[in-house]
Amino acid sequence: MQEYLDIFIKSIFIDNMVFAFFLGMCSYLAVSKTVNTAMGLGLAVIFVLGITVPVNYLLENYILKEGALGWLLGQEEASKIDLSFLSFIMFIAVIASMVQLVEMIVEKFTPSLYASLGIFLPLIAVNCAILGGALFMQEREYTNIGEATVFGLGSGIGWLLAIVGIAAIREKIRYSDVPAPLRGLGITFIATGLMGIAFMSFMGIKL
Amino acid sequence: MSKNSKLITGPINLNNPITVQVLGICSALAVTVKVEPAVVMSISVTFVLAFANVLISLMRNTIPSRIRIIVQLVIIAFLVIVVDQVLKAFAYDVSKQLSVFVGLIITNCILMGRLEAFALGNKPFDSFLDGIGNGAGYAIILIIVAVFREFFGSGSIWNFKIIPQSFYDAGFMDNGFVILPPMALIVVGIIIWIQRARTKELIEEN
Repeated sequence: MQEYLDIFIKSIFIDNMVFAFFLGMCSYLAVSKTVNTAMGLGLAVIFVLGITVPVNYLLENYILKEGALGWLLGQEEASKIDLSFLSFIMFIAVIASMVQLVEMIVEKFTPSLYASLGIFLPLIAVNCAILGGALFMQEREYTNIGEATVFGLGSGIGWLLAIVGIAAIREKIRYSDVPAPLRGLGITFIATGLMGIAFMSFMGIKL
Repeated sequence: MSKNSKLITGPINLNNPITVQVLGICSALAVTVKVEPAVVMSISVTFVLAFANVLISLMRNTIPSRIRIIVQLVIIAFLVIVVDQVLKAFAYDVSKQLSVFVGLIITNCILMGRLEAFALGNKPFDSFLDGIGNGAGYAIILIIVAVFREFFGSGSIWNFKIIPQSFYDAGFMDNGFVILPPMALIVVGIIIWIQRARTKELIEEN
């Protein structure tokens, strides 16, 4: 239980997708004009990360990794096969198809959520935070699927926190007198940097 | 000729992928602690972008528009795997430093953005030039940020010590803060500021 909680806290605050690794910056900058849309996109990201990271975990450990095909071919044969160079293309295929699937399910069962997420759902397929989640999962070698799931959900929540925070700041910044060349993109970058500095205070937490 | 040269020089300043089109920020910031990984990353992205543009442009009349995203992703992923394997074989240390960010070229928005906006509607050679131009625009920002961060953060450029030892002996210290992730955002913010102050038409409403 302890290690799940550790991974969860760590992936939300310390290894925050936006502030520590700059992942998903494109949609973070494009869709953070109002808090409501930011919230919708953030929820969609949590949802998709929570599904794709465990699925990619299974893929990595039962098909792609060196010797992972042991369940199919026997240990002897499997140790000669290393498919990990295929992982990029497999992960992105899983993500693209999962996003498509999630889109269809959400459209069928909760049309209201579907309407409010709008075009964000298909956009998530090319959000680097999702592929980043899968690649970090591969790099950090989590020991079981539970840890991978917790990591996926935690990263999603961290991303939601970041985008909702910046959206709230941008809603207020509209009333301030920002120097003309800095308006829009420039000030958003600098505000994100300052938020990142604030988030770095979590780095001191040792888990 | 002037059209072709415009394809190359446009994205370097007025239509810069990072500061104006806001594409490909994710990887741009993460690899700029030192100059060497930034240069390697720029070359990789330019390579993938130019050839993905050509390939998509060649197939633009045969791809059904419903499945074009998947087709684009497959082509990009194929090129990125090539780059990743080459880096692992010939520049293993840099490849370790770049870690997941080579893989993340796949979801780099510059690629999807240029493929959608340019390659799907233009001839292969123009698309190739567009890829090179946007790659160069991306590279310029990356290298400016990386030079700044490495100079102030480690006192060197391309691992070559610039600030002499006597400065350190006199009490000068590297600014460790510049190496931390948030500083990259602030540096890019300042670059945007300077660029927009010089070219007024880029200024946003608010």
